[in-house]
Amino acid sequence: MANAHSQASVGIVEPKSAFFDEPLFLRSGEVLEEYTLVYETYGELNAEGSNAVLICHALSGNHHAAGYHRESDAKPGWWDTMIGPGKPIDTNRLFVVSSNNIGGCDGSTGPSSISQSTGKPWGSLFPQVTVEDWVETQKRLAEYLGISHWAAVIGGSLGGMQALEWSVRYPSWLNHCVVLAAAPGLTAQNIAFNEIARQAIFSDPQWMQGDYALSETVPEKGMALARMVGHLTYMSADKMSDRFGRELRQGSFEPDDDEPIFQVESYLRYQGSQFAGRFDANTYVIMTRALDRFDLAAHANGNLTEALAKATAEFLIVSFSSDWRFAPSRSQEIANALLASGKKVTYADIESDAGHDGFLLEDDDYMALVSAWMKRVVS
Amino acid sequence: MMLRGDIDTILDWVMQGNRVLDLGCGDGELLAALTKQKAVSGLGLDIDAENLIAAVDKGLCVVQQNMEDGLSNFSAKSFDVVIIAFSLQVLTRPHSVLERVVDIGNEAIVSFPNFGHWRSRLSLLLSGRMPKTKALPYSWFDTPNIHFCTVADFERLCDQLQIEIIERKTSGSGYILAKLWPNLFAKSASYRIKRP
Repeated sequence: MANAHSQASVGIVEPKSAFFDEPLFLRSGEVLEEYTLVYETYGELNAEGSNAVLICHALSGNHHAAGYHRESDAKPGWWDTMIGPGKPIDTNRLFVVSSNNIGGCDGSTGPSSISQSTGKPWGSLFPQVTVEDWVETQKRLAEYLGISHWAAVIGGSLGGMQALEWSVRYPSWLNHCVVLAAAPGLTAQNIAFNEIARQAIFSDPQWMQGDYALSETVPEKGMALARMVGHLTYMSADKMSDRFGRELRQGSFEPDDDEPIFQVESYLRYQGSQFAGRFDANTYVIMTRALDRFDLAAHANGNLTEALAKATAEFLIVSFSSDWRFAPSRSQEIANALLASGKKVTYADIESDAGHDGFLLEDDDYMALVSAWMKRVVS
Repeated sequence: MMLRGDIDTILDWVMQGNRVLDLGCGDGELLAALTKQKAVSGLGLDIDAENLIAAVDKGLCVVQQNMEDGLSNFSAKSFDVVIIAFSLQVLTRPHSVLERVVDIGNEAIVSFPNFGHWRSRLSLLLSGRMPKTKALPYSWFDTPNIHFCTVADFERLCDQLQIEIIERKTSGSGYILAKLWPNLFAKSASYRIKRP
């Protein structure tokens, strides 16, 4: 219950919606004539407007980063360990804006919302959006909220890519930039995992080329399989061994229809079906493609140092030792490019067995580091 | 820190506004002092998470990295000064790191405890066992200090590596003695060195 664990929590929060009727020109060349963006805020904006920080979410995240929607919520927002009174991103002194991404499935305009022009769900017709497009919507959201400057832009994984993009696209907008478990662009292996996930979705007969909503169905099997692949790559081998080992569910190898034999099978199936129940398949395809397409170095013909030269913020770059999907070497590429172009940067590789998920979890060194670093993000 | 005589020397040698890389910066005490007193633009480097957090807490920029990995992410002459303060003796290949730092910095400052100090010598002579001092309290088998050297050793190494010694400063209780016979009387030594 919220009451029981609300001591260092922002408490009950309410998502808000902002409607924008100014057309958004997407990087794909398409235009969104109007759109809705959902967001949450925690803490208070000070009189000078100098204490606003932006949280950018990752692939399966959303705007609900901290606190609870209802007293009865079993779990808080996805980054409640990091955001709250007295926490590393301290809402006692910072005004935290947590923006949703368009193309998502949590209330902002996306493939599952109703298109104004057809009166039906967008489905396959929803345009491909990119990290750059999200940064544009976040900038508009800031202006809508009366914010003209971020004390910090913060994100992990796909959210880290948005923070990086902010730093070079609108350098004068931010003083600090926090990039966690991210990469300047995906490796071939990383893109390949995303492609397997997409093919899993496409191979489901209920996919219907993305227009499943018109037939009132959902490609649940494909989504579950996509998530199983994804989830597996976010964990480390050691953590899986610790957690599941070769433990059996029933104590024997006797096949019983399609029932899982090993605990790890059961766990993955559970994760897959949970996700399939809450996430939209078109959104998953759009988000993974946005990940694949992001390439910071492309701003400067493949030269990452030059691409980051425009940035004026001070950076915190963090990787997690057992993360093989966004390996420490990728964060080091970012840090080294920043060093080479003379930027102020701090880089840490957190010793962790949590894999890519490390950036979402509570860890003493990680919390202490971000806490200590955030002290310089003064309001 | 109180037992070390190198801090004031380094603070004295670094110039106002220098770009400084502090290798093995520890909790960032020296770099914080340099930032405050000399307005340097500083970067610390350390492998230990606890040190890193302490340095970050002081408002410093630090990078978690092993200084023995070749430091290939730093280009030639990218700093005015590269500092190795009291960590030469913990390195596996101190000579390789020395060669590298005189490339990265226009000059380097290196300080270390002098193992040739008379107390160390006397202790070994009389007890026949590896010396332990207040400043260096470890047992020989469990110590981070795996490559002690003396003032004479260091200078010979610089000579072999064709590294130029610009200036030397020693510290010890008897200042005059430490200055006259550093190898015997200096508790610690600090050097400004560069690639000639």
